[in-house]
Amino acid sequence: MIPVIRLGHLELAKYPFLADAGQYLKEGGFTLEQLGGDPDLQAVREKAFRRIQMAAEEGKVYRSDISGRQDADYALPLEVFSFLLAIILLKLSRAHQLIKKFALQEARGAESFLERDLGRAVTETQISLAAKIIWDLAGVQVSKRDDHFVITVADYLRRAVLFHAREWKLINRRVESGMVYLTPHETVRLIRQELVNYIDGKIRAAATPAMVPGLQEFVDRLVVMNDRFQPRTAVSGEFPPCIKHAVKTLKDGENLSHSGRFMLATYLLARGYAIEEIVPYFQNAPDYNESITLYQLKHLSGKSGSGTKYQCQSCEKLRTLDLCYITPDCAGIINPTQFGAR
Amino acid sequence: MMMKDPEAVFVRECLRRYYYERFSGVEIPDDIHQREFGYRKADSGMIRHVQLKTKGDLRLLLMQEAPLDVYVSNARYLFPSLPMNEKMWQNADVIFDIDAKDLNLECRPSHTVHVCGDCGRGATGFRCDQCGSGKVSSASLPCDTCIKHAKKEVKKLLDILGEDFAIDQEGIQVYFSGNEGFHVHVAGSQFAELKSKERSDLADYMMFRGVTPEALGMQKNKPSSASLPDISEKGWRGRFARVVFGSKSGRARKAPKIISAGYGAFASMLPGMSDALGVRIDPGVTMDVHRVFRMPGTVNGKSGLTKVPCADIDSFNPYRKAVLMPGGDALVRALCPVRFQLNGRGYGPYDDEQVEVPAHAAVYMVCKGLARMANTP
Repeated sequence: MIPVIRLGHLELAKYPFLADAGQYLKEGGFTLEQLGGDPDLQAVREKAFRRIQMAAEEGKVYRSDISGRQDADYALPLEVFSFLLAIILLKLSRAHQLIKKFALQEARGAESFLERDLGRAVTETQISLAAKIIWDLAGVQVSKRDDHFVITVADYLRRAVLFHAREWKLINRRVESGMVYLTPHETVRLIRQELVNYIDGKIRAAATPAMVPGLQEFVDRLVVMNDRFQPRTAVSGEFPPCIKHAVKTLKDGENLSHSGRFMLATYLLARGYAIEEIVPYFQNAPDYNESITLYQLKHLSGKSGSGTKYQCQSCEKLRTLDLCYITPDCAGIINPTQFGAR
Repeated sequence: MMMKDPEAVFVRECLRRYYYERFSGVEIPDDIHQREFGYRKADSGMIRHVQLKTKGDLRLLLMQEAPLDVYVSNARYLFPSLPMNEKMWQNADVIFDIDAKDLNLECRPSHTVHVCGDCGRGATGFRCDQCGSGKVSSASLPCDTCIKHAKKEVKKLLDILGEDFAIDQEGIQVYFSGNEGFHVHVAGSQFAELKSKERSDLADYMMFRGVTPEALGMQKNKPSSASLPDISEKGWRGRFARVVFGSKSGRARKAPKIISAGYGAFASMLPGMSDALGVRIDPGVTMDVHRVFRMPGTVNGKSGLTKVPCADIDSFNPYRKAVLMPGGDALVRALCPVRFQLNGRGYGPYDDEQVEVPAHAAVYMVCKGLARMANTP
């Protein structure tokens, strides 16, 4: 069990998303109107805007020197206020692209604090505090064994499968007695996505307040900034090597495994091919039967059966199924449907 | 394989007697009401999405339908009888499938028989030599070598489950599948709630697939033999060292050679070691969280043998312990060019001849497609 530990100002400055926003403002004796209009809080407003700007435009982590400050009683709450105000600005500007970028960079900032905290955790209290933060953020129970942090194999796998570098595969980890051994860096890296999700979720779940006088200018600038990050994609017409191989196998009249057929059909469906356009790909299969092929394609497309539209499997799964024929052109993709997208 | 009428009638009657006499051997899964059941009769296709709430319901199903194959999900659902995306998956036991047919053993061609599905005669290729039909199926009658190698894989798997994952022996059950291999069931572990993708990585772990040179201590820059694994280490590093170095002195001798051969040579050696070092499971089975598996204590329709637990894998003899069909003799026309043993008695080879054999041997050959009921055209 993770003991109940109350986070202090220093922890909240490092991990401001753990603060209860309403409660924090109330305890600080501030209202939203003050944050928007009080001339003495101009620094907070600028800091809040800068936090977002750095994340979005520079792709950088906002950092404040919060260790060992003389004016800690003033400076530390300021960090939390600027974070909370940044959220208010994002909500007011409905800047969904910026929210994603902001959450990512804030998470990376917290990541470096957390890594440092874990690395320095020697005493029981320090270890418990770091473990408590990880528990709050990711629901993962971490403990220290020798110089490593350990988590259960199941907790590890749930997170590590989201990574595509081979070093994260379980086979490349030290596994003993049902636990995976990690360095502080790896421990924190492992929960990065949860950090992002936690912050992102907290922002999206926050209520959008009415416009606060004094914030309109910041909001307008964020709306313009957000528009610049709307995704624009172009897709090439070429098939990835796994699909090319499957197409060639069938074209040559050879047998393609069930998994291979599933991959080809779901890929073509995802690329917008009509069922009638997909059927000819299977015509040379040794056991070709038009009505069965049509039935299965309709099923996969969600047009019959349970209505579920089946998705093309990830590159990793295709590797496991021996269907992957990776080439350098596959760099950076995690699903065949991303091949050629720029 | 769907059976034709006289064979289907014969096998169904044997199965009905089997389930009447041996229902107590059928393992009732915990949380029976949360499982999806499936079955296949000798002369029909697969029926899935069946929910049974009690042991009595199961008994009734087995007696009424006398199915050739009976399956139960490793998963628990809130609504097992609904279509898959509405079942509300809760969790699933982890199951590993080790099949002799996946081991690419040299002996396999010597006990694989090709039979024409139309005329029932032997075939040498994919087209029948006698009637020209393309409906040629093959059947394998696993030999002692097949079983020995499959057992070896089971032992490798048990070692990893215990050592690396600290899974209590009580949570692991090994079964002979009833045909060519073994199923290892892991219940109530930390893995029960893992989804397909996580289980896929778990399968790769068992199979020693995807390992990087760095994980085994081989660095690209300035590699050193000191960082290569030691034979006393736990996990895959230790297993790798014990296979590659053999002993402490072997390590002292071989490690410098490995280092001088370089990173590239080391990296290219690793994929080829998966078969020798890793457990040769079917990864598709382990990663499937919606599959129905043959139910322990029921008959395998591919062989007529029973899926039975193996308390001691070393001494387990499937061709004695899994032969549980009821007594009596049957007259069959057998085309079985391979000799086989059941319950200590040898049978065959039969060259399209009429023979009277015990019911369990008749069912075995019929299920393998190597015999028809006598006097059948």
